[in-house]
Amino acid sequence: MSIRERLSGNEATAVAMKQINPDVVAAFPITPSTEIPQYFSTFVSNGAVDTEFIAVESEHSSMSACIGAQAAGGRAMTATSANGLSLMWEMIYIASGNRLPIVMPLVNRAVSAPLNIHNDHSDAMGVRDSGWIMLFSENNQEAYDNLLMAHRIAEHPDVMLPLMVCQDGFITSHSIENMELVEDEKVKAFVGEYNPKHSLLDDKHPISMGPLDLQAYCFEHKRGQAEGMRNAKKVVEDIAIEFEKMTGRKYNFFEEYKMDDSEVAIVCMNSTAGTAKFVADKLRKEGIKAGVLKLRMFRPFPAEEIAKAVSHIKALAILDKADSMNGAGGALFTDVTSAMCTNGISVNAVNYVYGLGGRDTKVEDLEKVYRDLVEIAKTGETQDPYRYFGVR
Amino acid sequence: MAYNLKETMAERPSRLTSGHRMCAGCGAPVVARMILRAVKPEDHVVVAGATGCMQVSTCIYPYTAWTDSYIHTAFENAGASLSGIEAAYNAMKRRGALPEGKETKFIAFAGDGGTYDIGLQSLSGAMERGHDLLYVCYDNGAYMNTGVQRSSATPKFSDTTTSPAGTVIPGKLQSRKDLTEIISSHHVPYVCQTIAINNFKDLYEKSEKAIYTKGAKFMNVFAPCPRGWGYPTEDLMKINKLAVDTCYWPLYEVENGKYTVNYKPKNRLPIEEFLKPQARFKHMFEPGNEWMIEEFQREVDQRFQALLDLEETTNR
Repeated sequence: MSIRERLSGNEATAVAMKQINPDVVAAFPITPSTEIPQYFSTFVSNGAVDTEFIAVESEHSSMSACIGAQAAGGRAMTATSANGLSLMWEMIYIASGNRLPIVMPLVNRAVSAPLNIHNDHSDAMGVRDSGWIMLFSENNQEAYDNLLMAHRIAEHPDVMLPLMVCQDGFITSHSIENMELVEDEKVKAFVGEYNPKHSLLDDKHPISMGPLDLQAYCFEHKRGQAEGMRNAKKVVEDIAIEFEKMTGRKYNFFEEYKMDDSEVAIVCMNSTAGTAKFVADKLRKEGIKAGVLKLRMFRPFPAEEIAKAVSHIKALAILDKADSMNGAGGALFTDVTSAMCTNGISVNAVNYVYGLGGRDTKVEDLEKVYRDLVEIAKTGETQDPYRYFGVR
Repeated sequence: MAYNLKETMAERPSRLTSGHRMCAGCGAPVVARMILRAVKPEDHVVVAGATGCMQVSTCIYPYTAWTDSYIHTAFENAGASLSGIEAAYNAMKRRGALPEGKETKFIAFAGDGGTYDIGLQSLSGAMERGHDLLYVCYDNGAYMNTGVQRSSATPKFSDTTTSPAGTVIPGKLQSRKDLTEIISSHHVPYVCQTIAINNFKDLYEKSEKAIYTKGAKFMNVFAPCPRGWGYPTEDLMKINKLAVDTCYWPLYEVENGKYTVNYKPKNRLPIEEFLKPQARFKHMFEPGNEWMIEEFQREVDQRFQALLDLEETTNR
């Protein structure tokens, strides 16, 4: 029997980490993810885990220590947000380039400047091409579930890449929700043991890691890494099926909410999806055929599947909670429209940048988006595709 | 410690093999070889290297000169990455994932750029947290790997590519940071200064002590660079000897807070003897620049005296 609980997103994340029981957790405080290492160090102090907790002096060092620990042959985890991720940016690439399946919860927050501790996705979007698998979570349950699946995906021999589990700072990280936990023993059996093929602590087979890698080999290594990311798709799918067998909770690359008969639809990630589903239901009562495509797996990007899922939509809004500051739309918009184009799908699509620095995403905001879409569907005119909502 | 230095040198195989691409006349590979010789043959080592000359010359894919396990990740984080490795070792040992009765030692090698400057925070963190590891700085007093730029370890008046001796500014204007003292202030069990060549006994014995003392340890090793300093490669021994005989680079150690100055030259040489053979100080010998030599001498005297005072007060 699963365990019914009421936890915040951060506590649910920390509980998942406790159940995973990694060898090393190295972390540094930053709002809003600070609670994760706080809860976790309590588990360490009370002997609830076997983990070595390293209270490092910066996020650059937390990722460096995780890289060392994972290369040594252990499981290493950390958690961060916003500027913390920015500071570890150099090591983010080194973790993936060295094919180390480190797992990190990322509690999404706006990157400075201006200084702002609240939610948007500018931190995650800054590392979208860093070679990390990126899963997004609508609510506390998904943040917890994604973390339980994370090591199985990251450590798969066809993948061997680090993975981050994103959730919205404060909106889910600090909100308490009812959720279901999996029993400790079941998690232990599901996550399994980490037995890497090569490790620094294998004294019988000493290895050198992180060499100078020049023109003759570097490209092949990067090509191999890219292949690992492509392989991750199948693994994410397989692990989700296994997870569903254990919990009854179904996951895929994305969730299609009433998409089958939809004429207008919103594509979004994380907590906004909850509001979008509510609004879609509301508008359906008025006869507007509204749907939501909630993306769970942002990296690798399920281009073909998304293109197919939106192919019948008359007007599509792609919501970006981070501005790419390029005059040509946010990252998710670019990815989705590129996926449509590559797969020969032509749907009228517009981009909305929204929610920066923790600006609330309101029911009326999304209602307006759907009504804009109805208009676009009617006229076939997208006009300015680069739009904003919720901003003065 | 009873041992025969000659036998140890001759019989213990080098854990850093020949064939690496460090320059002739460089002090750094001697430091690595010698320190690793102090590891008991039955023990395994995980070496963490910071980006720098030693890293790019000893580990070029698909080759490695390291016979133990080796990892390099970045420039500024040898302290942090080795902390993670040591922590994983403790966790894995506790859960029985590693063989019983087998010891692994953790040693970082980084240049002065990766230690005094960009890596100082990560080193300080590792020392303060007290991980059971040894951090070795091979100090050649500038960013040699990128072409002799000044670091905070560069001695005053040095001519480097970012502190060139010009017609208005006579080389580096600032004094050298005293990193050994900074680490000593972390109150770790063992901190020392030694040199690459000339006093192998000093280097070997300090290495063994550092490796086999539990906790965070730091060795600052003087490691001349023929390219950056401008001396003929065959003069490596001579430069080392002059550094200690002029008291520019005192040999000392701090064991649980107690200072020991290991070498007090009977005939202390004037600093000119150390400066003269090196092209980086050439401009100091031009007419009218005598004040630079005097100032340099004054600083060396003050620092050595401060060290002698520390030895006295901590041994009272």
